[in-house]
Amino acid sequence: MRDVEARRERAAAARRARRLRPAGSDDLGLRRGFAGKLLPFLVAAMAFLASLALAGAIAAAGFSRQWQQGPAAALTIQVPNPSAKATDAPQSRLDRVVALLRGSPGIAQVRALSHAEIQKLLQPWLGSGATDGLALPAVVAVRERDGGPALGVVTAELQAAAPGTLVDSHGDWTRRIATLAHSIQALAWAMLALVMGVATAVVTIATRAGLVQRRDAVLLVHGLGATDGDIARRFAARATRLAFLGGFGGTVAALPVLGILAALAAPIVGGIADPAAWMPSLPRGLWVGLVAIPVICAGIGFATAQVTVRAWLRPLP
Amino acid sequence: MNTAVVRLDGVALEVGAQRVLRDISLGIPRGGFRWLLGPSGAGKTSLLRLLHLEVRPSEGRMELLGRDIGAAPRAALPQLRRRIGMVFQDFRLLPHLSAFDNVALPLRLAGRPEGQVQADVGEMLAWVGLRARTHCHPAELSGGEQQRVAIARAVINRPDLLLADEPTGNLDDAQAQRLMLLLGELSRLGTTIVVATHNDLIVARHPAPALRLATGRLVSADA
Ligand SMILES: Nc1ncnc2c1ncn2[C@@H]1O[C@H](COP(=O)(O)OP(=O)(O)OP(=O)(O)O)[C@@H](O)[C@H]1O
Ligand SMILES: [Mg+2]
Repeated sequence: MRDVEARRERAAAARRARRLRPAGSDDLGLRRGFAGKLLPFLVAAMAFLASLALAGAIAAAGFSRQWQQGPAAALTIQVPNPSAKATDAPQSRLDRVVALLRGSPGIAQVRALSHAEIQKLLQPWLGSGATDGLALPAVVAVRERDGGPALGVVTAELQAAAPGTLVDSHGDWTRRIATLAHSIQALAWAMLALVMGVATAVVTIATRAGLVQRRDAVLLVHGLGATDGDIARRFAARATRLAFLGGFGGTVAALPVLGILAALAAPIVGGIADPAAWMPSLPRGLWVGLVAIPVICAGIGFATAQVTVRAWLRPLP
Repeated sequence: MNTAVVRLDGVALEVGAQRVLRDISLGIPRGGFRWLLGPSGAGKTSLLRLLHLEVRPSEGRMELLGRDIGAAPRAALPQLRRRIGMVFQDFRLLPHLSAFDNVALPLRLAGRPEGQVQADVGEMLAWVGLRARTHCHPAELSGGEQQRVAIARAVINRPDLLLADEPTGNLDDAQAQRLMLLLGELSRLGTTIVVATHNDLIVARHPAPALRLATGRLVSADA
């Protein structure tokens, strides 16, 4: 019992001692010596690139999701002149087409798109409002049953019932877009990894330069009985700070660029740019990533400086 | 002698391809005082570097403060170094720190409370006659003043082993006398002391056992 108390007392004394050290004491002179000017700028450049790469990865993922799951991904069937009478039944052409599709065994789901949905689908190509005066065909979205019979037979029946009906298979198109989106995504992740590698190299070089510049001080402090951990901690504290500042600066600098890109992309990816918004809304995942970037930079600074300093000290007795 | 603070047995030291110390065997008990004598280039600084754990012996067995250095893991050495004070021949003060902060280094490394650091360092600087120079940087100090800062830094932590390389080289006679008084006092309190010097006058005035080196060999060791 007394033992525990004594230990607690000693720990408290050690904490007090640390707190009582003069604020920002800098025995090794790192504040002057440690590439203090350059490192944050280099890390900022890396963070800037990382932000863009991250945005690219997330945008590509969203884009490919939209194309694979949205109405655009389904098989679409255009029925021109939808309210005219069908040739083989007392129904409108649209109703007849929907009925025929529903009766077909290869088809899982049939849905006629609303006027608004059609406009949204056409918006990237025609612009909003441009469709007002046009006689639009009806569009029926169809999801095929996996492994069901081919559509060929129905296509012929549709043609007979409502001449001019167009079956538009996006399969090939969607697949290409998905491939493109995946490539962009892979590229963006590779770029992110590369940028992190370069950031690690930059911190390593800055730390080595700091060690060389402060060689005498480091050797002296080592001779006075500083452990590798003591010395590494001082370098790492400095590197962490500088890398965090750089990471923060670079990410903040990327925000306007990302905002402009988001505004440009909004109509294509189907979001609606709100001109009154402070900046176009970025995907939530991107925000999380952007907040993480300075933290990751700080982590890279800390870990890299620790490893570099310890490796440099290891040959000393 | 089981209580030896320093015990060397057939120790040799190679620096690069050069053998700067060979076949050194000696023992110094707790509280012992030794002059370390010999012509320039004899290996005095090299022997002190060895005792300060800046280098490990290339050959032989070395025991310091009861620890077999050959068998000690690297992680055990910092703790030992904190118990060894060293006055370097070239002072090695940190140029970006004031006299005060230079002297405070060993205490701060040991995690002493800042209040104690302030008190001890102030007292020590006063003792070496540098109270007025407390906040000066090494570049603003004379050679003798720098040497006294180096001495203050070496003894501030009450080391168990004190090594001094030409500690009177830049001191005037009165200051050298004062230093010898301090060393005598520390020795009485149990600090083991080794002082390398060329200064025959001061050796004559303070007779004590001597280790004599010549071209890397121990030619005589008074018991
Ligand atoms: N880093 C080194 N590399 C090569 N040789 C060295 C090195 N340090 C010392 N020596 C050699 O070791 C020998 C002993 O040097 P040391 O500095 O120990 O002499 P010393 O007795 O302290 O001399 P002084 O009285 O001039 O200070 C010298 O011949 C020196 O040239
Ligand atoms: Mg010497």
